[in-house]
This record gives sequence, structure tokens and C-alpha cells, in this order.
Amino acid sequence: MNPAPSIVFFTTASGAGYGLLFWLGLLRPLGLVAMSPMAALVALVLALVLITAGLLSSTLHLGNPKRAWRAVSQWRSSWLSREGVAAILTYIPALLLGLGLWVDAPALALIAGLLAAAGAFATVYCTGMIYASLKPIRQWHHPLVVPGYLALSAFSGAVLLAMLAAFSGSGAVPALLAILTGAAALLLKRAYWQAIDTAPPIATIESATTLGFIGKTRPLDPPHTEQNYLLREMGFRIARKHATKLRLIAQLGGFALPALLALLALLAGGTAAALALTLGAILALAGLLVERWLMFAEATHTVTLYYRGS
Amino acid sequence: MTCLPEITPGQKQLGLVIDLDTCVGCQACATNCKEWNASGHSGPLPDLKPYSAGAEGVWFNRVHSYEAGEGEAGRTVHFPRSCLHCETPDCVTVCPTGASYKRIEDGIVLIDHDICIGCGLCAWACPYGAREMDEDEGVMKKCTLCIDRIYNETIPEAQRQPACVLTCPTSARHFGDLGDPESKVSKLVAERGGQPLMPELGYKPVNSYLPPRNRSSAAAQPEEASPTPMDIKNPLLRWMDKVLTR
Ligand code: SF4
Ligand code: SF4
Repeated sequence: MNPAPSIVFFTTASGAGYGLLFWLGLLRPLGLVAMSPMAALVALVLALVLITAGLLSSTLHLGNPKRAWRAVSQWRSSWLSREGVAAILTYIPALLLGLGLWVDAPALALIAGLLAAAGAFATVYCTGMIYASLKPIRQWHHPLVVPGYLALSAFSGAVLLAMLAAFSGSGAVPALLAILTGAAALLLKRAYWQAIDTAPPIATIESATTLGFIGKTRPLDPPHTEQNYLLREMGFRIARKHATKLRLIAQLGGFALPALLALLALLAGGTAAALALTLGAILALAGLLVERWLMFAEATHTVTLYYRGS
Repeated sequence: MTCLPEITPGQKQLGLVIDLDTCVGCQACATNCKEWNASGHSGPLPDLKPYSAGAEGVWFNRVHSYEAGEGEAGRTVHFPRSCLHCETPDCVTVCPTGASYKRIEDGIVLIDHDICIGCGLCAWACPYGAREMDEDEGVMKKCTLCIDRIYNETIPEAQRQPACVLTCPTSARHFGDLGDPESKVSKLVAERGGQPLMPELGYKPVNSYLPPRNRSSAAAQPEEASPTPMDIKNPLLRWMDKVLTR
């Protein structure tokens, strides 16, 4: 599948934003991250900027962006529609949380924070389901795809919160969370890659053409000699050796190093912690961009059976 | 509304039956489809760079050619590919706007081009590559089963058929109600053992493909099939063959 930059950026930025919102809304009421209301407000603003930038970027992918509002109407059947509804609804408690922090109303901040956390979780879950519900793409129609989206969002959000909390004094709990979610995300990605590498194809050129009863089937003449939308959008393939390298980069740069830096920050504390976590956050986001890009580049669509036989 | 209509047995399901035995791969159906639909319900159909290298455009029907089987048992098969107007298609349910829908009254899968936002999700959800983006208008396009012909009372009744069906010189394409077991097309499918494409995906395509018929026996070998002098490797035998055939 073609890794469109607007969508790769969207899932990375919004994923991190929702992760940050989730941890902020959840941990602050529980008293697990000691941030002043002002510091928490800064975190909230960063989360909302990431979320909004991501959502805006995703509308760039549309052929008709001015009609984007129509996309919230089909929540009964469409995960894309549900994602839109969840994303819009989440703004309400997120903004109320901002109000609670601004006027220093702890009760409002508590309730709005928990609701915003729930909304963030729901939105990322819907994003994952958009991909997981597409049967023709076996690398996406996989039980580990939704947990993967949730884990990556939780991880990048935890790293960002740890960074911000370290600047305002105590980032211990979020740093610990960053290590744990980083390890979980790494294990999950490895299990996912192993699973898609060994899984059989969902369909074959023989079942796609009904010609299997004659024997092995192969494409002879293509229906057109130039490109078309299908080949551009779904025919994108990445060479095995490049994929292997990028997987390594994502694992080391995106998960292992940031988690290690979070561990260092935990031990060192003070300004060193803040600097280590800043570097960790940058690495994590860059690594996630690579991982998201791969998620598309490694996915194959059944329509290529008709063109390439595989 | 992108929820799928409930389909009861015997309900009208218009679709195509394509005979892979008689299709000669002439591309007439694809060409006439483009011709009709460029100005009909879905028109215009864009052509990017039509008069220079890299010409491409939106087509609802694409004719592939395949080779199946090995050697003498092998066949060249021409294979037209278009929307199968599936019974349970995810291209409809994934649509966030309600632009993609399946009609209750005849099962045709259509797109409302006034609502479509061009998100492309339906094209990802179609296993068969039946949907192509109109990058000029920013909306998705696909086969309509010539909805503007089959119900068109301003053209003679005999012509109220999809453009591809009318134009096929070998009558390899048939149009009718595949929901009715007594219809001509349903009987043709039953008689010839028509097959759905990729049934394992669970979309329940309405269109059906009739398999190439078995060839009459391979007994009658062409004369060239007997060994030529060059096929005899042993020089002594080759010399004998030459002498004896003189
Ligand atoms: S062939 Fe594709 S576009 Fe047509 S109904 Fe089936 S899934 Fe939808
Ligand atoms: S491209 Fe149009 S028809 Fe297809 S899913 Fe998006 S809005 Fe619906």
C-alpha cells in the first residue's frame, strides 16, 4: 500500500497527542504525576496541537476536503466515521480539562481528565479498527493491529509526558510508564512482524481468477500499459532488504533507545533527566514515523493478484 | 446509508455473467464502457495526459489475460474485471459518508458523487480493484451496471442492457437477475458451473464467471509433433534416420 505522507504523519502525530492526553487525564487526577496546573496546561496544549495537526493533515488526503464534515454520519457501520465522531467528542472533555486547569478547579479537571482519557482511548481504538477491518489487506486485517496502534500511542504519549513532567520537577511515573509501554510496544511489533512474515496469503491468483482448476496461473498481458490509480495506491511494494533495515531502525531508534533514555532519566533526575527525555521523545516520534511508513509499505492488497499474480 | 440491505432469497440481484470460454480479449467491452460512462451517470471520466506518454484514466472494466496450466493442458484465458455488485461488500460499510450504497430494489452498488469526500477507503476495502478515484473531481467512481441504460425508457427495449454486454462480439457477457433462480442468467450459471471470484473473502459476489470448457481430446497430434532430425541426439541414429527417410 502507498504510504501517503499525510496519513503517516496523521497517525504518528495524533497517536502521540492522544497518548499524551490519555496519560495526562488519567495520571494527574490519581496524583501520580506531580505537575503544577500551568505545566499540565502546557502538556494539554501540546496534546491538542498534535491531535489537531494530525487530523488536519488527514483531511489533506481527501479528494474533497471541504465535504469532510459528512464523514461523521455513518457511525453505525464505518470505523472511519466512528473515529471522526470520537475525535470530535474528545475535544469537549479535553477543553473542559483545560478550563479546570486554567481556573484551578480540581474537581472539574479530575472528571474532565478521566473523560478525555476515555475519549483518547476510543479514538485510537477506532483508528486501529479502520485498518484492522480491511479484509483484502492481510497485514492490516490482523488481531495485533489494534493493540499495536494503542501501544504505540500509549508509548509516544508517555515519553512526551515524561519529558514535560521532567522539566517541571518530577517525571518518575511517566518515565517508568514510557519504559514499560516501550517494551510492550517493541514485543508487540516483533510478534506482529513474525506473524505477518509467516502467515499464508488470504487469496491466490487461482482463486482470484477461478482458473485454478486448469493449473497454475500467471499473468500474460496486462489490461493497460501505463499506471493507474489501483497500481499507484495499492501496488506499492518495498524490497525485503529495505524493510528489514527499516524494522531494525524502528526497533532501536523508536523503542529501545527512548526506553533506555527514560531509564537513564529515572536514575539521574534533574536537568539531565529532562534532556535525556527530550532526546528520547524526538527519537520515539522519528522511529514511529518509520514504523507507520512501514505499516503501509509492507501491506499488500489482493488487487495485485490480478496484476502481478502475487 | 452505508448499512447493507437485508437480502432475502429470491430478491432481485442484477449482475453479469462472464464466459471465460468465449471471451477473446478484444477489449470492446472496456472501450464501450468508457465511451458510454464518460458522458452518463458517472461522467465525465477523467483521462490524465491523454495525448502523451503516461496516459491514464478511470476505467470501470479492465481486461486481463492469463496463462493457466502447463504445456498442452495450458490455456490462455482473457479475463474482464469489473465491479461484481457483491451481496455483502465492505466497500459499502466502510464508507464514512453514506456515499457508497447498495440498492435494495436491485442490488446495484453505487456511489453518490455529490456526497463522496474521496477518502479512498472503499477502494481499499474492495478486494477486486473495482473502484478508481476520479482525481479531477476528487470522488470515487465505479461500474454502475449502466444504471442509465438498463432503466432508460428513451432507448429501444433491446438496448436496455449494460454497454459492455451489448458490444461484446462473442456474446461472452450476459446481464440479468441472479437473485432469481429461474432467470436465464441463473440457469446459465447452474448449467456451466459459474464461479465467484475470491469466495474466501466473504463478499459474496453477484457476478459469476463461467469456466473455460474442457478441450476435446488431445489425441489428434499435429504432424510437427513427431521428432525432427534435430531432436535425435545420437549422431549414429540421426544418420540412420536420414538414410531411412530418404
Ligand atoms: S466488486 Fe468491489 S466495488 Fe463492487 S460491490 Fe464488490 S467489493 Fe464493492
Ligand atoms: S471515497 Fe467516497 S464512496 Fe468511497 S468510502 Fe470515501 S466517501 Fe465513501
